[in-house]
Amino acid sequence: MKFIKNIFEKTEPHVQKGAKFHWLHSVHEGFFTLFFVQKTTSKSGAHIHDYIDLKRTMGIVVLALVPTVLFGMYNIGFQHFKAIGELASTGFFAIFFYGLLKVFPVIVVSYVVGLGIEFVFAQIRGHDIQEGFLVSGILIPLVMPIETPLWMIAVATAFAVIIGKEVFGGTGMNIWNPALVARAFLFFAYPAQMSGESVWVSLKDADKVIDGFSGATPMANAAAGNIDFNISDAFFGFIPGSVGETSTLAILIGAVILIITGIASWKIMVSTVAGGVTLGLILNAFAGSTGLSPNVAEYFSMPFWHHLIIGGFAFGAVFMATDPVSGAQTEKGKWIYGFLIGFIAILIRVINPAFPEGMMLAILIMNTFAPLIDHYVVQANIKRRLKRVKVSS
Amino acid sequence: MSEVIKLKKGLNIRLKGNAEKTWMSAPASETYALKPTDFTGLTAKLSIKPGDSIKKGEPVFFDKYTPEVVFTAPVGGEIQSINRGERRKILEIVIRPEGGAGEVEFKKADPLVLSAEEIKEQLLKSGLWPFLKRRPYGIIAKPSEKPRDIFISMFDSSPLAPDYDFILKGQESTFQTGINALSKLTEGKIHLGLDSTTSKVSVKNAETHLFSGPHPAGNVGIQIHHISPVNKGEIVWTINALDVLFIGRLFETGKLDFSKVVAIAGSEVEKPQYIKTFLGASVASLTAGNLKNEKNQRIISGNVLTGKKVSLDNYLGFYDSMISVIPEGDEYEFMGWAALGSGKFSASKTYLSSLFPKKEYELNANMHGGERAFVMSGQYEKFVPMDILPVYLLKAIDVNDIDKMERMGIYEIIEEDFALCEYACTSKIKVQDMVRNGINSMIKELG
Repeated sequence: MKFIKNIFEKTEPHVQKGAKFHWLHSVHEGFFTLFFVQKTTSKSGAHIHDYIDLKRTMGIVVLALVPTVLFGMYNIGFQHFKAIGELASTGFFAIFFYGLLKVFPVIVVSYVVGLGIEFVFAQIRGHDIQEGFLVSGILIPLVMPIETPLWMIAVATAFAVIIGKEVFGGTGMNIWNPALVARAFLFFAYPAQMSGESVWVSLKDADKVIDGFSGATPMANAAAGNIDFNISDAFFGFIPGSVGETSTLAILIGAVILIITGIASWKIMVSTVAGGVTLGLILNAFAGSTGLSPNVAEYFSMPFWHHLIIGGFAFGAVFMATDPVSGAQTEKGKWIYGFLIGFIAILIRVINPAFPEGMMLAILIMNTFAPLIDHYVVQANIKRRLKRVKVSS
Repeated sequence: MSEVIKLKKGLNIRLKGNAEKTWMSAPASETYALKPTDFTGLTAKLSIKPGDSIKKGEPVFFDKYTPEVVFTAPVGGEIQSINRGERRKILEIVIRPEGGAGEVEFKKADPLVLSAEEIKEQLLKSGLWPFLKRRPYGIIAKPSEKPRDIFISMFDSSPLAPDYDFILKGQESTFQTGINALSKLTEGKIHLGLDSTTSKVSVKNAETHLFSGPHPAGNVGIQIHHISPVNKGEIVWTINALDVLFIGRLFETGKLDFSKVVAIAGSEVEKPQYIKTFLGASVASLTAGNLKNEKNQRIISGNVLTGKKVSLDNYLGFYDSMISVIPEGDEYEFMGWAALGSGKFSASKTYLSSLFPKKEYELNANMHGGERAFVMSGQYEKFVPMDILPVYLLKAIDVNDIDKMERMGIYEIIEEDFALCEYACTSKIKVQDMVRNGINSMIKELG
């Protein structure tokens, strides 16, 4: 420890303003604070401060994401060997290792590009490094199809960090969830590579697939009126999909961590699910009505709770909608915000044939409207206070 | 007695070193001081110069803009020095007590037979007036204004705070005399906010209200909000319950008696307990022989959330009834943010300490993290038991939007009401400084 501290303390003078390596100041500061909580003490105001800081907060979110990352890796291998018909003959570790090799480079690219840009912006602004990207950097790989080329990941990450975050002032100032900005960017810029049947299962290096193989996600099938997925596979996550979104179980473990530690808003999670369930039930109720095309009628009649375990619904509800910066900030607003995310996500899924998955767009739309929701909550508070005057006078 | 007002929001920070209910005799303070910096927004004009001899109760300085508000000597003696800071700002006026310096005599009378004007005059002349503060803004009350009501919190819920019931015990009649005097100053009521679990006070000429819940339930601002909130254009006064004793004694005896009880508390105190002393006593006299001396210490006049950092050669704050001593914590901590943290008290549930809801902890003055942009939503709301949106009020302050500040509730709060937000803030934002800046803008713009 002392050895590491000495390195940082000895190099510190060289990165101060005016010194030769000042351009490395943010990098130095970033790593120093990562290794050592600084000796800074309170100068004004409260003399004691909580042990929590942004590093701890972001660390907890990353911890909550670990189950989905690990399972995502396993599932990539699982889908691969299933497609080439060698699942039975491949061991657990071989399957996991295959997925690890596939996912790890994506994570590295995302962090290197994202943190690189963060360091540059922090240096230019003369700020400390803000830890927001620690989470975004792991979320980005988790919402991508596995066959997304690495250069696309790099471009999308750069776009998300610069246009999605830094132009608004950096961590804490962004309007949209950066990871979803990256996803949306690729979705609209490179639609061919981001949808269809061939992107969800890693098969580039495979020379054969089994007969009757389809790499389509249950979502895409459902949108085509073909609902046949195994409930337990969908819940445990043995289905094709973006890296981190398939296992509802792994996501639930993350949700429990986030709720127990109080880092993410349980109100948003609950209300998002409530919104999805509400529209699901409404659709169920109208499933028998005339005038619906057979495809849509089929989707209407899918039991409402199936929506929660397929696609990105659970992942979005737990890890994306709950982003405290881009979401609603008032406690009452959170209920409305979450509910509408769930509602709109299912609406886009079922009613709009152009988008098989609605979660990403639903969250981005509600990110946009979150300040409006908050505005009305704030106005209501102001009105209550003004009313008090009339009552008392 | 009315119904209990139950507050759910807030937090009791469980610090080690609560003062035991025992009395300690301390050496008499060699010098006493008045600190103009204790009075927010005050411009002090001196009435004396170094070397002057002064009687107890004679004016030492006064408010430049309200000259009738004077601050009087807590002891008779000689003005030893006037300590100044940057730009010759007066920090301390130090008095060396001398036997036989004499004291100023005031009128001895039952306040119930005196008129409001007579009481006001007595309080102003004796230098007890500055104990009265006003809301909005938490500054010294103006003699010219008529308060709607007067509010007094009968307990202090802040960390390690002194137990008012313990201090007030045996002085009930003096307290009553003080209340009688104050009751003449308002056409409204005197509201007392009591702790529902301990207080058994029966006071005449005042209305009592019971509160339960964690800190800041004992903050008078929170109590005002729930009893009868301050609206635009309204003024209420507040005074600390312990300071009512000074007023009571003045009318009972016709003399100033600035003796007071101070709690010495905190994890760096050898024997945390109560001590009898006088207003303006030196920190050294209060802590003599009672500090652990293993690590760097932070000595605070007041509580750990709102108090002022002092050193041994400083003096107790005018309004303070406690000295807190905690470790300074000016050390690096390897990977501190990643620790399991069974010994790290946190308002969040991200450390193992949240599994031990009864344990008491040692907290130091370290920031435990760098200052960041505001990220976590819903955090401040947990600590403000008022119908106020703290984040939106702070945002209004940040952009200096007077109109918005007014509508979001700046008239109802002072720094102490948001102090827990500052303690708990993930982004280490200086909430109390922001609140004071906002209030200063309001005073500047609207007077």
